[in-house]
Amino acid sequence: MRKLLTGNEAIARGAWEAGVKYASAYPGTPSTEILETTALYVDDILAEWAPNEKVAIEAVIGASFAGARTFAAMKHVGVNVAADPLFTFSYTGVNGGMVLISADEPGYHSSQNEQDNRNYAKFAKIPMLEPSDSQESKDMMKSAFSISEKYNTPVLLRMTTRVCHSKSIVECGERDEVGIMEYTKSLDKFPIPAFVGGMRARVEERQVLLKDFSNQTELNFFEWNDCQVGVIASGACYKYAKEVFGDTVSYLKLGFTNPLPDEKIREFCSKVEKVYVIEEVDPYIEEVVRILGFDCFGKNLFPNTGEMTPDTIRKAIYGKTFDHVETEASKVVPRPPILCAGCPHRGFFVGLKNRKNIVVASDIGCYSLGFADPYKVGDWCVCMGASMSSGHGAQQVFDMVENSNKRVVSILGDSTFLHSGMNSLLDVVYNGSKTVNVILDNRITGMTGHQENPASGYTLQGKKTKEINLEKLVRALGFEHVMVINPNDITAVQHALDWALSLDEASVIITRWPCVLKTLSTEDKNEFKEVFKNKCTVLEEKCTGCRACIRTGCPALFLDKANKKVSIDVNSCVGCEVCLQVCKLDAIVKVGV
Amino acid sequence: MTKSILLVGVGGQGTILASKLLTTGLMEAGYDVKMSEIHGMSQRGGSVSSQIRYGNRVESPVIEIGGADILVSFEKMEALRWLKYLKPTGKVVVNNYEINSMPILSGRVDYPAGILEELSSKVDTTVIDAARIATELGNFKVMNVIILGVIIKSMGLTEINWEAIIRENVKPQFVELNWRALNAGMNLV
Ligand SMILES: Cc1ncc(C[n+]2csc(CCOP(=O)(O)OP(=O)(O)O)c2C)c(N)n1
Repeated sequence: MRKLLTGNEAIARGAWEAGVKYASAYPGTPSTEILETTALYVDDILAEWAPNEKVAIEAVIGASFAGARTFAAMKHVGVNVAADPLFTFSYTGVNGGMVLISADEPGYHSSQNEQDNRNYAKFAKIPMLEPSDSQESKDMMKSAFSISEKYNTPVLLRMTTRVCHSKSIVECGERDEVGIMEYTKSLDKFPIPAFVGGMRARVEERQVLLKDFSNQTELNFFEWNDCQVGVIASGACYKYAKEVFGDTVSYLKLGFTNPLPDEKIREFCSKVEKVYVIEEVDPYIEEVVRILGFDCFGKNLFPNTGEMTPDTIRKAIYGKTFDHVETEASKVVPRPPILCAGCPHRGFFVGLKNRKNIVVASDIGCYSLGFADPYKVGDWCVCMGASMSSGHGAQQVFDMVENSNKRVVSILGDSTFLHSGMNSLLDVVYNGSKTVNVILDNRITGMTGHQENPASGYTLQGKKTKEINLEKLVRALGFEHVMVINPNDITAVQHALDWALSLDEASVIITRWPCVLKTLSTEDKNEFKEVFKNKCTVLEEKCTGCRACIRTGCPALFLDKANKKVSIDVNSCVGCEVCLQVCKLDAIVKVGV
Repeated sequence: MTKSILLVGVGGQGTILASKLLTTGLMEAGYDVKMSEIHGMSQRGGSVSSQIRYGNRVESPVIEIGGADILVSFEKMEALRWLKYLKPTGKVVVNNYEINSMPILSGRVDYPAGILEELSSKVDTTVIDAARIATELGNFKVMNVIILGVIIKSMGLTEINWEAIIRENVKPQFVELNWRALNAGMNLV
């Protein structure tokens, strides 16, 4: 059966065909749809969202020990969070096969950095596979499980955005019901110092065997054409190179990239006159080519940042891209992402903006967008969960400065709070700074496309489950000053901030209103009555075109410059009333629909 | 010969459904097909693209600068933003529909004037008014399927059984509406 699948869908299909029983992940672009698609195989695979990537991989490690084929998926920075268990799991080895999927982002389309996770495979001494399209994604997923079980090791399957999110045709197969291996207790799984030595030695022995495998496997293959130029590439770069050179050059296509196949590289480099190593981000393959004593064109010719798309290769080699039509740049205005019409973060930002002596420690989520026009709310953001801890550290230092009256407001979302913000909030209460901590609870993991989380009341596979009560949780952590508000009520937001800033101790404000793009649950519909059912409209005779409403940054509003009146797009307005509250002339009213 | 269709617009405009129907149709017609889309951050009202390539054998899923046979823009200014991806001999289909981006909304700059003139002076340009037709059909959201109709006609793909593709991929109560929208689009060019 042939299907048109994204790389992410193909990974899920491969997992199903390989007999996977259990999978866990935390969402993150471009990896998210891997688990979302796996979750659809509800009769055969138990698929779960974990609160964060470390927990996801740990759950999967347990599943492997217990004997199931299992995998975890995450974006590149997620592997940083999961690195601690990963490195030791390399020592203990598996029982049921285990695959870790790392979805990297050359070109950082939706990420805070551009790290190259191929380095993790080398660092953790585990085998790595790199698919170049959807068919390979599916096939390599299956190979990865055999390799994992044969060599007693976790396997890193490294994807990139274009492999994850591009569709191509996949020949699908049937499920191989491998079952669950028997569990036997073994000290091999107990890395206390007394046993580490043996484990460490086995990792090195495994490396030797894996290098042999790398030199033999068909996952690394030659395509001989003219030998004047030879291209070495893996992943999406192989397809890009083929687009540019077609059959005019020879290729060494690498699918198994840790350890790299030294013999095959030697053979290839000896037979071609000029070697191009085409890879995104780091000179991972190039370094080995050079260590083996061959000169090549690598990062001295191709960029070390961004995607290695065909035009980039063309430009590097021939000095120019295809002919194209130039336009006047001034005619194109930037279009940065923005908060949606009806986004509950908007009311909070409108209530917070323009306050004096406030430093805002922000975090990763839709609310990161608060840093930009027209709110300018956000001094920094680092990584998920860092707002409350970095805010705490900053407040401690501001307090050392004489006559400083700076106050830190730390903000993050519900999913980010439960990911790792909770630990950060513990630091605040334990070490006692006076930060204002805000959980922007929009009842879902918004930025990555609406995944359930422990506070949303449902699991990935749609089961009703315990819903974490954030207010009770922060009170249990030891906070006495806690307030829950509706962020669409600007007066309530301002009142809560005034209250929190009047205190000499730390406080927590929880804003609670659903994301406008969330598919509402029965509980949401009961709690948030009439939500998103109304529209706001402008009374033309009262509007003077003063722009106060426009400055809420809502994309549903626009000013007609000719007649100096604002109008509201009925197709996008959901009646959140933020604009209505900032209009001093009562020119905006609510209408039921 | 590989053909490349570049669909651009603003996050939330429905480029993803249009590209899904298109690629499904192309595969069923026996082509090798690749499609690339960036999900994530840009879907929050940013500039988005779906890149579709088909032929006997397709390597890269992304369209390079100067590589698209047709550039179809769901929004006026986006056509200009992506124009460099079009072959100089390629066609532009532009929906005469404006969505203000944040610098425009906040009043710092105006929505640029003269875009259609600029496009027409440089490349083969067809202007359509999918928003008006969608409203006439009774549902603003079918703008994307109207535009799909334009692509199908422009690329000479009318032989494919699009009615069946819509039936397989759209909720039953919307099949009729989408089929009418697709035909309305095909009749525009
Ligand atoms: C370690 C890590 N994992 C995952 C991500 C991807 N990611 C970015 S924002 C986000 C979720 C944000 O959800 P929430 O905190 O609820 O805020 P919202 O977007 O709903 O406002 C995720 C998972 C990341 N950037 N870093």
